[in-house]
Amino acid sequence: MSDFTVWLIIAVAKVIVVMVVLLTVVAYLSWFERKIVAHIQSRWGPERVGPHGLIQPLADGAKFLFKEDPTPEGVDRFVYFFAPFLALSLAMTTIAVMPLGPQVRIFGHDIWLSVVESDLSLLVVFAITALSVYGVALAGWASNNKYSLLGGLRSTAQMLSYELSLTMSVVGIVLMTNPNTLSLRGIVEAQRGTATLPGASHWFVFPQILGFVCFFISAVAETNRSPFDLAEGEQELVGGFHTEYASFKFAMFFMAEYAAMVTASFMISVLFFGGYLSPFPETQAFHWTFYLPAAMALIGGVLLVPHGLRYHTALGRVLLPVMGLALIGVGIVCALSGVIGIIQGPFWLAAKVFVVLFIYVWLRSTLPRIRYDQLMAFGWKFLLPVSLANVVATSLLVALRMNR
Amino acid sequence: MTVELILFLLLAVVAVGGAINLIAQTHPIHSALSLIVVMVALAGIYLLLGAELLAMVQIIVYAGAIMVLFVFIIMLLNAGKEERTAISRAATYLGVPCGVLLTAVLGWRMAMSQPGPLAPGADTEGMSRELSTLLFTRYVFPFELTSILILVAILGVVVLAKREM
Repeated sequence: MSDFTVWLIIAVAKVIVVMVVLLTVVAYLSWFERKIVAHIQSRWGPERVGPHGLIQPLADGAKFLFKEDPTPEGVDRFVYFFAPFLALSLAMTTIAVMPLGPQVRIFGHDIWLSVVESDLSLLVVFAITALSVYGVALAGWASNNKYSLLGGLRSTAQMLSYELSLTMSVVGIVLMTNPNTLSLRGIVEAQRGTATLPGASHWFVFPQILGFVCFFISAVAETNRSPFDLAEGEQELVGGFHTEYASFKFAMFFMAEYAAMVTASFMISVLFFGGYLSPFPETQAFHWTFYLPAAMALIGGVLLVPHGLRYHTALGRVLLPVMGLALIGVGIVCALSGVIGIIQGPFWLAAKVFVVLFIYVWLRSTLPRIRYDQLMAFGWKFLLPVSLANVVATSLLVALRMNR
Repeated sequence: MTVELILFLLLAVVAVGGAINLIAQTHPIHSALSLIVVMVALAGIYLLLGAELLAMVQIIVYAGAIMVLFVFIIMLLNAGKEERTAISRAATYLGVPCGVLLTAVLGWRMAMSQPGPLAPGADTEGMSRELSTLLFTRYVFPFELTSILILVAILGVVVLAKREM
């Protein structure tokens, strides 16, 4: 096989794997969110479709596909149909530049665990984020509905305002990397620990705690998530920008929101929590942490099988033990010597992303939506000055350390 | 034909098509969208030239920030379709020949001229570092002057808006 063929096969395989995983995560994130929010509010959440409501995302998908899809009168047809595509495709593109793990050897080929390697991947993420405003704004405008237009206008102003502090809060990190880099992989590698100090102590979240707080809040606002989900405030705007969208076009906005959430969680993990790096020191004494992914899958599987066998529906008695056995199988595979090195990076990244996603859901179920003028005042009068002060303070410290 | 040439032709067609569509559309939002398409296509051409930083800045600043404001204002004012008047028709009859003439002259000059030598530091490696170093050493005065100019413009807008209120 020529080099080009190999490259093409690897690239296509990467894209397919990442897309399938992302779509599955996005689908099951809705289940995850409904479950967590329900349990926080002392409810059960989805419970009917499949054991513990596990088939609910599939049922939702089928429902979205087969529902009637009316087009309201007076819409701007091209923009009306184009907006959901734009929103979804932009939200799912950003994952391409995320470093999912270090370079690994699979079947004799050195492969970077990311779809695209770019020196400017941080800027790529911001460029795509900057464009993702259009999905919501155009949907609101094209729907020919005053509520939609208000939602679109609100969200445009909100995303523009918070994009500033989002970008500003990252400058501190870029300043701290040595040599300065705009690549996400470079930023992750700058957080790599030494033999004596655990990796976790090099995470940028500690020196950049101010930047982290600004980035996290701005990221929640940028993804239009509660408590900043004014674009769709249902009590005041019916449904905001997606009022006039039904069926699969609504599902596309829905998926775009979740994909944006996943991307934001990736960014937070990569920028502030060491991305795919393990929080443990890289010494022989901590080599046992390499077996953590396998151990977690094994324990989960072993617990799931007996629980599934006692489940109260017939489907659950079949499905849950099968899932448990599959988890045990995954655990065994993860412990194999060829796989164990490959799985480390993605495992730690996934663990961090999962925690951040949980916090996202936690926020939604805890905080009430804030008022629009408060939102704008908070963004411009608090977040932006704080992130600017963070840039000034960081550059001062970096300059002092360089001259010492 | 190489992959790069195919990509360039594709992006060029999209850029020129978007630019023509920008003028041909009667609705301001459609025109603004066409302008965004042109800008993204231009960013793609920058990428093909190896100017990654320029491409990203093009998207972040122009397609992202400035055009979002355009679209925002058009939405806010709820601007309707463009109305054709006698003068706008006259502009069409006068503008099209002028445009063709300008394109012909520019194209002829470009076809005649030889490509000059590359500026130092114009290779793709370390381009962003080179660019930022130049921007903050040699060109720091004009750079800061531009930001003051923008600041003055913002202040002017605030003063004008406050007077009306």
